[in-house]
Amino acid sequence: MRITQGCFSFLPDLTDEQITAQIEYILGREWAVSLEYTYDPHPRNTYWEMWGNPMFDLRDAKGAMMELDECRKVHPEAYIRVQAFDDTRGFETVMMSFIVNRPPEEPKIHMQRTDVRGRSQTYAWDVR
Amino acid sequence: MSTESEEARPQTIDLAAEYEESGFAEVLDELDRTLIGLAPVKQRIRETAALLLVDRARQKMGLSHETPTLHMSFTGNPGTGKTTVANMMAGLLHRLGYVRKGHLVTVTRDDLVGQYIGHTAPKTREVLKKAMGGVLFIDEAYYLYKPDNERDYGQEAIEILLQVMENNRDDLVVIMAGYADRMDRFFAANPGFRSRIAHHIDFPDYTDAELLEISKSMLDAQNYKFDKQAEKSMAEYIPLRRKQPHFANARSIRNALDRARLRQANRLFTQAKGPLDAAALSTIAEADIRASRVFSGGLDVDKGTNKDAAE
Repeated sequence: MRITQGCFSFLPDLTDEQITAQIEYILGREWAVSLEYTYDPHPRNTYWEMWGNPMFDLRDAKGAMMELDECRKVHPEAYIRVQAFDDTRGFETVMMSFIVNRPPEEPKIHMQRTDVRGRSQTYAWDVR
Repeated sequence: MSTESEEARPQTIDLAAEYEESGFAEVLDELDRTLIGLAPVKQRIRETAALLLVDRARQKMGLSHETPTLHMSFTGNPGTGKTTVANMMAGLLHRLGYVRKGHLVTVTRDDLVGQYIGHTAPKTREVLKKAMGGVLFIDEAYYLYKPDNERDYGQEAIEILLQVMENNRDDLVVIMAGYADRMDRFFAANPGFRSRIAHHIDFPDYTDAELLEISKSMLDAQNYKFDKQAEKSMAEYIPLRRKQPHFANARSIRNALDRARLRQANRLFTQAKGPLDAAALSTIAEADIRASRVFSGGLDVDKGTNKDAAE
């Protein structure tokens, strides 16, 4: 099942040119670009592994694309996302995040129904 | 050439119009205005600019597709304006569209080479990432290569640099700078660099008259000026300073002026009796220059060897 989270995730996968253009936009807003990857795309898994440090003094998207290529080489089957961090006082948060790499076969999100106290039911989701 | 793609291409190119449009003239003018002397350098930059302009015209007409190799080496003694010119080069290449952002990243060996195994590659990559879309200026590049130490990590940085210089020619331009003789030895030991660097520009030393001009323009930029005698003693100071060790052309002059300003401030502070006007605050007098140790035989440590020269 296609994992949808962050920007553009209902669109077809971005090409490298489109990713470059997005990163140019990020740099234009003076946000810091960073890459993160994970093998566990569960929606509740907010904390992905960092791929290197956030690139605070980057001037050109090519630098981030080099890192992305490197990350894809090492983790071809992982989810990789690009994040844009705004360090302006008052924001200091991620302003934009989008997936740039998916495994060839995406895992299913499976729903599990369980009985709990007093015959009431709860639902849980896990990624298989 | 295929016929269908020919239609989109212009049949003729007006070089003069291209020249106007590229904003080249402004950069070259700025070069002329701000840099004193350096005639051979300016000549080389003009030539390079012409080459790039023609090359771009050729690309538009479909005669060439390759990005020309733009990596350069600047050789010359310290203080001859290599970094300044590199900065202008970045602006020039940016206007021509050969680099996307046109910023200059200045590094030395310390920024590229790590201290332990596995430290160098990420460090070099980090610098390269920052320099993407601009110009990477490696000052004293020959320190990267230390032939007497086989396990020096510099070699690793060199390999990464060479790879990027070849594969990312569209993304960044590398300028290496340093003393002429040591750069020659560096290139001889690393033939990979020699073949990847197309433009070698040699920076000559400034003449005494040029250095005096430079000192005046430096003061001017800070709203100071020499009085008549001070200018004369500065003219005497320059050849004396040149004979002393560690002479670094314009940089030595800048340092001398900094010290003269210090002495001027001191003089005004201790001797002034009453209100000072703007002219007094911005005039460097003869005494401020004459107090330099260069007139009395240089630094204490150099005194023995340079006494004859300085007197």
